[in-house]
Amino acid sequence: MTTKTQIKNFVIPEKEYMYPGHVACPGCGGVLAMRLALKALGNKTIVVIPACCWTIIDGPFPMHSLHVPVYHTAFETAAIAAAGIKTALEIQGQKDITVLAWAGDGGTLDIGIQALSGAAERNDDIIYACYDNEAYMNTGIQRSSATPKGAWTTTTPVGNPKGEPKKNIAEIMIAHRVPYVATATLAYPEDLVNKFRKAQQIKGTKFIHIFAPCPTGWKMAPELMITICRLAVLTNVFPLYECENGIKYTINVVPSKPLPVAEYLKLQGRFSHLQESDIEQIQKMVDFEFNFLLKKAQLLV
Amino acid sequence: MKKVVTGNHAVSFGVKLARAQVIAAYPITPQTQVVELLSEFCASGKLNAKFIKVESEHSAMAACISASASGARAFTATSAHGLALMHEMLHWAVGARTPVVMANINRAMGPGWSVWTDQNDSLSQRDVGWIQIYCESNQEVLDTTIQAFKIAERVLLPVMLVLDAFVLSHTSEPVDIPEQELVDEFLPPYNLKTKLDINNPRAYGGLTNPDHYYELRYKIQKAHNEALVVIKEVCDEYQRYFGRQYGLVEAYRCEDAKVILVTSGTITSTARLVIDEMREEGRKVGLLKYRVFRPTPRELLRDILYRAQKICVIDRNLSFGHGGIFAQEIKSVLYGLPAAPPVYSFVIGLGGRDVTPKDIREMIEYTYKEEIPTESIIYRGVRL
Repeated sequence: MTTKTQIKNFVIPEKEYMYPGHVACPGCGGVLAMRLALKALGNKTIVVIPACCWTIIDGPFPMHSLHVPVYHTAFETAAIAAAGIKTALEIQGQKDITVLAWAGDGGTLDIGIQALSGAAERNDDIIYACYDNEAYMNTGIQRSSATPKGAWTTTTPVGNPKGEPKKNIAEIMIAHRVPYVATATLAYPEDLVNKFRKAQQIKGTKFIHIFAPCPTGWKMAPELMITICRLAVLTNVFPLYECENGIKYTINVVPSKPLPVAEYLKLQGRFSHLQESDIEQIQKMVDFEFNFLLKKAQLLV
Repeated sequence: MKKVVTGNHAVSFGVKLARAQVIAAYPITPQTQVVELLSEFCASGKLNAKFIKVESEHSAMAACISASASGARAFTATSAHGLALMHEMLHWAVGARTPVVMANINRAMGPGWSVWTDQNDSLSQRDVGWIQIYCESNQEVLDTTIQAFKIAERVLLPVMLVLDAFVLSHTSEPVDIPEQELVDEFLPPYNLKTKLDINNPRAYGGLTNPDHYYELRYKIQKAHNEALVVIKEVCDEYQRYFGRQYGLVEAYRCEDAKVILVTSGTITSTARLVIDEMREEGRKVGLLKYRVFRPTPRELLRDILYRAQKICVIDRNLSFGHGGIFAQEIKSVLYGLPAAPPVYSFVIGLGGRDVTPKDIREMIEYTYKEEIPTESIIYRGVRL
């Protein structure tokens, strides 16, 4: 595996803001994502969580597992609840607190997109992170608009798998011309931490799309979580990139020789029903999308 | 200072005097003027508040709740479909115990589209746990707005003040606008003891298992009980400061009344004239203005109504499949009392149809004439 990478090496902070005792499933990508995000942002952070796996993971009342304040809100309100908090803090003169909306793919790409789009249009000063496990995992693996084409879920069963490609939320947010949009994943923790730190320094709406596998919903071995995150990048299924002000793209990892998508698909039971022809079709789609991204990145250099 | 203002602007002046800090709102007729004037106050610096121009009422309420949980005094206004869209968050405001204040301009629900007044929007939110106060005049609207923040912040429950579309919202009346210094004395800054605080990192509103949830709900009911006392105290204190008294309900010429008419909102003003006329004719009629709808002022209602022989309730609303909502409430309050007076339940004026003094007199006459209510819902003015 050879990669051309623009990631600068640096040490991930040792300080923990997430404690043992959370109630996530083994190998949960969403847990590691939060742990890293908070290491980047530090203790002057308030986390807003709508209905999603993290509603459970943080722990039941009266306990919780994060060493920052957590505000739980209704499913479709992560962005606006975060904006409400940020506004309230500003009017009270507390201007140095980062407000992080932390939602799953359903709460972001589907039911939460109105509030997210509203916040982006107003350029509300929040970081919005979507930890994407590509289905409604908290309710038991139903398809969302982040579920990729061909995947099994309980509402797209074998015989009638998801027919539509995944909604491209990063590009939707870029189209809002917000100051910062980035993608990240757990196999590249320095990159993820860097992106949160960068987002923290920018005023306005920052959106970070985190590829965060769910071993349970993906029918994969929990210990393969990082491997699958890395394969998603090296196959170009989930490219790591940033876009500033809706214009300036930077692709962080460009595999010199991308691995075949099949390498990524075969480790996950949710794709085990796919035929060769299906995989070829997915490969074509991934190639097209990555080339399209490369061209966008070349447009305004 | 006396000023001629609309009901909508009476809300805006009240919010300004209350020094709201975060306002989030979405336009809807007939509410829009409330927040238009507030956005001007924010823009000109007359009000030191931040206005979040949200993309829906659902978001407006979500923003108010989270801002309130962060220690800011929060306000929004809406009407009809906007209120219905907020429904989920109305529950949330109560469960989160955030003292958000909202003005709802009573407007009929579609379809067919109607911008005119009736109470089905706010009354269909009866069970979410908000305090609801129905106003009769623009002066009462302004005064109630200021009182609402004090009540809400004392009992940690959200308060909805309700006013009739157009009859109040777009109608100008002389309103006495209190001095800011005096309002500041009456209503100290919002000081939430338990709020989002990076130095005390707690989780709010998280997963609550059956070991705890029931108690949280029990405490909400306790807060409603407490609110009955607090609302009275706040009204009395308001009277000491500003000379105007409203109370939980208003009993008008009820002492020796044989028939008591129950009204809410602006129909009350029309009814008061009819009661005066009929009193001059020697008829023993009284009027009960239902002002605080939630929490239910049960004891007070019983004390006033029990002495009458018949109760005539006017509902500008209809709970389909059952009947007029205020009438239901009155019946439930009187239930179990021996020889409780019969309740005559009238439904009238839906979708903003005018309710005239003649209509009101006819309903009272009907109540006098009929031994018992002949129907569970007595419709007035329906053209079939």
